[in-house]
Amino acid sequence: MSDAPAQLKVLVLVKYVPDAQFDRHLTGESPRLDRSDSILSELDEYAVEAALQLIEAHGGAKAGHEVTVLTMGPAAASNAVKKSLQMGATRGVHLNDDALAGSDAAATSLALAEAIRHEGGFDLVFTGMSSTDGETSLVPSQLAERLGLPQVTLVSEVSLDGGDIVARRDGDTETQYVRAPLPALVSVTDQFEEPRYPNFKGIIGAKKKKTTPLSLAELGLGADQVGAAGSWTEVASSEARPARTAGTVITDQGDAGVKLADFLADRKLL
Amino acid sequence: MPNFELEEEYQDLVDTVRDFADEVIAPVSAKHDEEHSFPYEIVAQMGQMGLFGLPFPEEHGGMGGDYFALSLALEEIARVDQSCAITLEAGVSLGAMPVYRFGTDEQKAKWLPKLASGEALAGFGLTESEAGSDASGTRTTAKLENGEWVINGTKEFITNSGTDITQHVTVTAVTGTSEREDGSVKKEISTIIVPTDTEGFTAEPAYNKVGWNASDTHPLTLKNVRVPEENLLGVRGRGYANFLSILDEGRIAIAALATGAAQGCVDESVRYAKEREQFGRNIGSNQAIQFKIARMQTRAHTARLAYYKAASNMLAGKPFKTEAAIAKLVAGEAAMDNARDATQVFGGYGFMNEFLVSRHYRDSKILEVGEGTTEVQLMLIARELGL
Ligand SMILES: Cc1cc2nc3c(=O)[nH]c(=O)nc-3n(C[C@H](O)[C@H](O)[C@H](O)COP(=O)(O)OP(=O)(O)OC[C@H]3O[C@@H](n4cnc5c(N)ncnc54)[C@H](O)[C@@H]3O)c2cc1C
Ligand SMILES: Cc1cc2nc3c(=O)[nH]c(=O)nc-3n(C[C@H](O)[C@H](O)[C@H](O)COP(=O)(O)OP(=O)(O)OC[C@H]3O[C@@H](n4cnc5c(N)ncnc54)[C@H](O)[C@@H]3O)c2cc1C
Repeated sequence: MSDAPAQLKVLVLVKYVPDAQFDRHLTGESPRLDRSDSILSELDEYAVEAALQLIEAHGGAKAGHEVTVLTMGPAAASNAVKKSLQMGATRGVHLNDDALAGSDAAATSLALAEAIRHEGGFDLVFTGMSSTDGETSLVPSQLAERLGLPQVTLVSEVSLDGGDIVARRDGDTETQYVRAPLPALVSVTDQFEEPRYPNFKGIIGAKKKKTTPLSLAELGLGADQVGAAGSWTEVASSEARPARTAGTVITDQGDAGVKLADFLADRKLL
Repeated sequence: MPNFELEEEYQDLVDTVRDFADEVIAPVSAKHDEEHSFPYEIVAQMGQMGLFGLPFPEEHGGMGGDYFALSLALEEIARVDQSCAITLEAGVSLGAMPVYRFGTDEQKAKWLPKLASGEALAGFGLTESEAGSDASGTRTTAKLENGEWVINGTKEFITNSGTDITQHVTVTAVTGTSEREDGSVKKEISTIIVPTDTEGFTAEPAYNKVGWNASDTHPLTLKNVRVPEENLLGVRGRGYANFLSILDEGRIAIAALATGAAQGCVDESVRYAKEREQFGRNIGSNQAIQFKIARMQTRAHTARLAYYKAASNMLAGKPFKTEAAIAKLVAGEAAMDNARDATQVFGGYGFMNEFLVSRHYRDSKILEVGEGTTEVQLMLIARELGL
């Protein structure tokens, strides 16, 4: 086992997604989501929190450790970077190119892998467990494959032991601690500690932090390798799901317990 | 013309605090209200977010923001929970601010950092049974004996004075008298820092209040309380004047809190009016309900403009006494009026304690009384008009 890097370089992948608080709606004819009210994916906040806690456990930014956040998406995706910087990340990278629109997971992971190579030298890559919109959970594994990194998925706790990462995975029947040598890729679940809310110092400080714009050309990728053209899958059809119906209200007239049991039994939940 | 758009950092603060209020505070508000329990876990998180340090410079453990930032945060929190908002408001403007404004460097170093981080709270004890709107009725005395103040008296209604994390209460006390030209007696009122663990200091059992149930309010008894002479805060004899200047700023914060309450009533009413069906349609499709809510929105909007204006004067270093009094008056009434209208929109449900609008109904009354009653605001405004 080697020593821990003197200065940790951690990368977090953050995706901007529609704000779940607002009604999600489909725009125009294409099966794409309207992103006018977009925010940092709540699940990716856990990844940012994990990265920040890890460097803080080793002296934080003062000790020269760094958390870079990377997003791929249109101009509005800068909100995801901004929020991460407000939480305490060191700097941002924003990959934005018209040709990226409509990328599936394979095309997304290709572009992100090239962006990570371009920035270079990371000891650890953190991702969320899934986006809250696309929800394929494919990107992290594809990235690990493309970058040739060991991967630990669905992690709820991380620490460094020398030059290894030790990560906790909670399954239904057991808890595992998985060890992997750096550099490695880790996807973080919502069972990690609750992400912090930015404080005012963080909000002001974020304005002075740098976000590097990246284009496809800088990564040496052609428009045909990404977007719909570079995708392996396509969304064949897409229609809005019927709104959730109101729940059943059982008023207790002495028989609520029986009614409740019947309700569950009808749905084979008992 | 001034631009009423918030600068980016203020807007980001508003967004962050709104998320926090909705996600963390709102789910536990009804419980704390019902149990009359102090929300220690919320206070700790507000501390971690730097809310208690908003208007203080970083050297004192603050966030390097200003009073307007605090006001914006209070508005967002008060939408869903006035008790949490007043705990923050009083913690900053009555607890920490007097130390920051009038303390010596040593006093600031000693008392401020834990207040600015929200790890500790402090109270301000002015009101007494005979001294309400008229503080010259103060009977608590402090006598200097062998380098120590010996304090005796009682206080009423002191916010944040009896929590497990209350570090001190700054009390006003009569430290001497002088004779006016007409022969009447003039009291010399000073402010003194009393740590809560001092012998003879007792926070009596909490009041049974109409609202603000999760906010901590106690009568205090001070019996031969001895504190070092250096605990005098500010100049001897300037205690009351100091407190009045603290209250001027505090009114902006209270106005912001009241604006939040008024807005919370609007938001809940809009939602409910769209949802609730009677006579085969949403109650919100009746113009009577629409107009009621439109008027509520107008009050909240007006209250917001009033406190923005007062804060803008204050930050620009201009006089703001009248503007702050107007904002406190308008916003306090907006909260009370909106709470009454919102409970009407909610019908019988508005009379049930667990609903947010009913909580606003109970909580808002004090906004026409605390930190200067409506009548006191009117007196201030009239005085500024030369009446
Ligand atoms: C034809 C077509 C059109 C599409 N159009 C749209 C569209 O308009 N809008 C849309 O939302 N989706 C669209 N999709 C889906 C889109 O391809 C996926 O959202 C994308 O590939 C990422 O997969 P995912 O969201 O399932 O990520 P997951 O694999 O579920 O994400 C896991 C983690 O990977 C990281 N990650 C994922 N994406 C990014 C990113 N962009 N930047 C940084 N980190 C990231 C995050 O850490 C995230 O937590 C389209 C797909 C197709 C095939
Ligand atoms: C929940 C709560 C928290 C509080 N927190 C604190 C605290 O932290 N610290 C603290 O020191 N105090 C605190 N107070 C006290 C509060 O500031 C006083 O209650 C308030 O200033 C009014 O004083 P009073 O109750 O004695 O009313 P009074 O002054 O007796 O007033 C009674 C009525 O007479 C009216 N009135 C009085 N004088 C005049 C006049 N000249 N012209 C016209 N009308 C007049 C008033 O407006 C009011 O309507 C708190 C009170 C409450 C209820």
